[in-house]
Amino acid sequence: MNNTLVVVIAASAVFYGTPLLFASLGELLAERSGVLNLGVEGMMLVGAVSGFWAVQTVGGPGWLSLLTAVAVAALAAAATSLIHAFLTVTLRASQIVSGLALTIFAGASGLSSYIGHVANLGGKPAHHEFDAIDLFGLKDAPVIGPILFHQNALTYASWVLVGLALLYLYRTRPGLHLRAVGESPATADAMGVNVTAYRYIHTMVGGALAGVGGAFFSLAITPFWLDGMTSGAGWIAIALVIFAFWRPELALVGAYLFGAFSSLAFTLQTRQVHLPPEVFSSLPYLMTIVVLVLVSTGWGRRRLGAPAALGVPYIREER
Amino acid sequence: MIRIERRLTDAGWLLVAVPVGSLVGAVILSSVILLATGHDPLGTWQRLLDRGFLSEGAMSATLVQATPLLLTGLAATAAFRMQTWNIGAEGQLYLGAVGASGVGIALGSQPAIVVIPAMVLAGLLFGAAWAAIPGALRAVFRTNEIITSLMLNYVAGLLITYLIFDSHSYWRELSTFTSRVFPQGKYLSPAAAWPSLQIAGIAIPFGFLLGMVAAASLWLLYRSTRFGFEARVIGDSRAAAHYAGIRTRRMIVAVMALSGAFAGLGGAAEIGDFRHVLDPRGLQQASFGYGGIVVAALARLNPFAVILVALLLGGLSNGGFSLQGADFPAGLVGTLQGLILFCALAGELLVRYRIRVQRPRSSSVRPPEVAARPA
Repeated sequence: MNNTLVVVIAASAVFYGTPLLFASLGELLAERSGVLNLGVEGMMLVGAVSGFWAVQTVGGPGWLSLLTAVAVAALAAAATSLIHAFLTVTLRASQIVSGLALTIFAGASGLSSYIGHVANLGGKPAHHEFDAIDLFGLKDAPVIGPILFHQNALTYASWVLVGLALLYLYRTRPGLHLRAVGESPATADAMGVNVTAYRYIHTMVGGALAGVGGAFFSLAITPFWLDGMTSGAGWIAIALVIFAFWRPELALVGAYLFGAFSSLAFTLQTRQVHLPPEVFSSLPYLMTIVVLVLVSTGWGRRRLGAPAALGVPYIREER
Repeated sequence: MIRIERRLTDAGWLLVAVPVGSLVGAVILSSVILLATGHDPLGTWQRLLDRGFLSEGAMSATLVQATPLLLTGLAATAAFRMQTWNIGAEGQLYLGAVGASGVGIALGSQPAIVVIPAMVLAGLLFGAAWAAIPGALRAVFRTNEIITSLMLNYVAGLLITYLIFDSHSYWRELSTFTSRVFPQGKYLSPAAAWPSLQIAGIAIPFGFLLGMVAAASLWLLYRSTRFGFEARVIGDSRAAAHYAGIRTRRMIVAVMALSGAFAGLGGAAEIGDFRHVLDPRGLQQASFGYGGIVVAALARLNPFAVILVALLLGGLSNGGFSLQGADFPAGLVGTLQGLILFCALAGELLVRYRIRVQRPRSSSVRPPEVAARPA
């Protein structure tokens, strides 16, 4: 029963959706503060390469090495996002161009590729990787077993993170302030909220989560390092934030939906479905377009949930 | 205390100083990265300069690299001027290459005077059509064109891979045994090879000449036509354009198609000037589409400046490709391009704002005595 196509695809949808969930949660928090960061793809690639580097360099037991790797990936990507925060928040540069610059700077054939080549990371398997954990011994439970109880530690962590993000956004004072900064920075400023600090912190949290998402590629999915290995996942994560109407719980749904599109390619090919591989590979990209069109028509057109100040620099003197 | 104030007038000298300063800043910052990874920055820049511009034949090779960058730079300029974010020049360039190589194969027996204009036209049309998709989605459904145009880059990349590697398409060479085992595209006939203009030992490719004409026409279009005026109004304020009765939706599709046509012409030039075959790997490695964004930003969306900047960045990637190896790790060119963009963005602050350093008032300056008198 657990080998039927639907269950296999659902289980691997959760697996392939996890990096998208991390990255889109991060982007969601950044956008809630009013900072649109189009550099997710670049930050994910920095996370992928630095996490992989750490796992090859740091010795010790596997769990420690992996934990360090995730921390390094998060830190490196957060440092990368700091450039964006500085340019857009402090220097008031265009968020669109700065985000694109971040992807060009850090992405495939940019800094991530440079680090990978200088540290000679290509073509070697990871010393350790994230294996699926049999949670509560329930992995053989019918249907839900492989989907919910046989995933790796990062996937479980991402579920906790969705809960934390929900709590933070809707049940805490800083979360309320964050939403205020994204909706009306002038009001938040008048309330005594430090708009600049909120925007910096959440852009960097967004970077850190994108880095973890990137590390998921090099430490769980492949697990080796390849130049440009996220192949557009960062952009899909940005689209997911729109799809999720800037709400964490919907980002989870969207991430697994797109995880399913990615996993379809692999699953159907191993099941001897004869179609050109490019048809399957282009599915996530085409579906991103379809989904974006759907949410931009009808009731989605009112842009439910989009922070009102998204993409607008806040200048105290010019309100 | 540092204050940032809006400039009321343009400072002319800054429009030149900022791009030059961006280049210098980017070179300094990437020298730091080179030093941190144990490379010799001076030697690296020297070799890059040598291979990109100075050594024999370097300028001709640089011009070949600069041609698609010039056209994708114009593609970005055309769209960004109207605040329409076409990030899909990469895919539009692939489609232009598909169109041009397809026409080139089909008209292989015709004379050059027939084949070459047909290739140019095919490149323009294929690129425009591919860009019209996100344009139409934006116009009809208000779908974010940044993401849709970018997603189509990946689809276009998979499409050209499919045409050569996973199908028996019209573009693929199937006549010999080796080509069936190691897939490759059909080579174009010599009549489909674009000519070049020899000046002082430097070969200026036909595509580059077309690009210069394209730059001049884009400048004219934005400066002195109604179309350009409407595009500028939309770029300044979409709401104002709407109230003024400008058909913004139609303009978005038109500008996206125009932008795509430039990128598609870049793809056609890459086939006609240089590759003479549809080569998915080579096209994808070059990533001219993303480079075009850097070119346009550094040129501050001025079509004539795009020509100069494309030459400069073309030399950079030409030098980068020919040096690639242990001494010159892959990824340095992209890193440098990103840093140039960062510096240009930071410099934009200087163009738009004035930074004023104010001394904090010292405590010796007392407020007037009146205020201190008890009431």
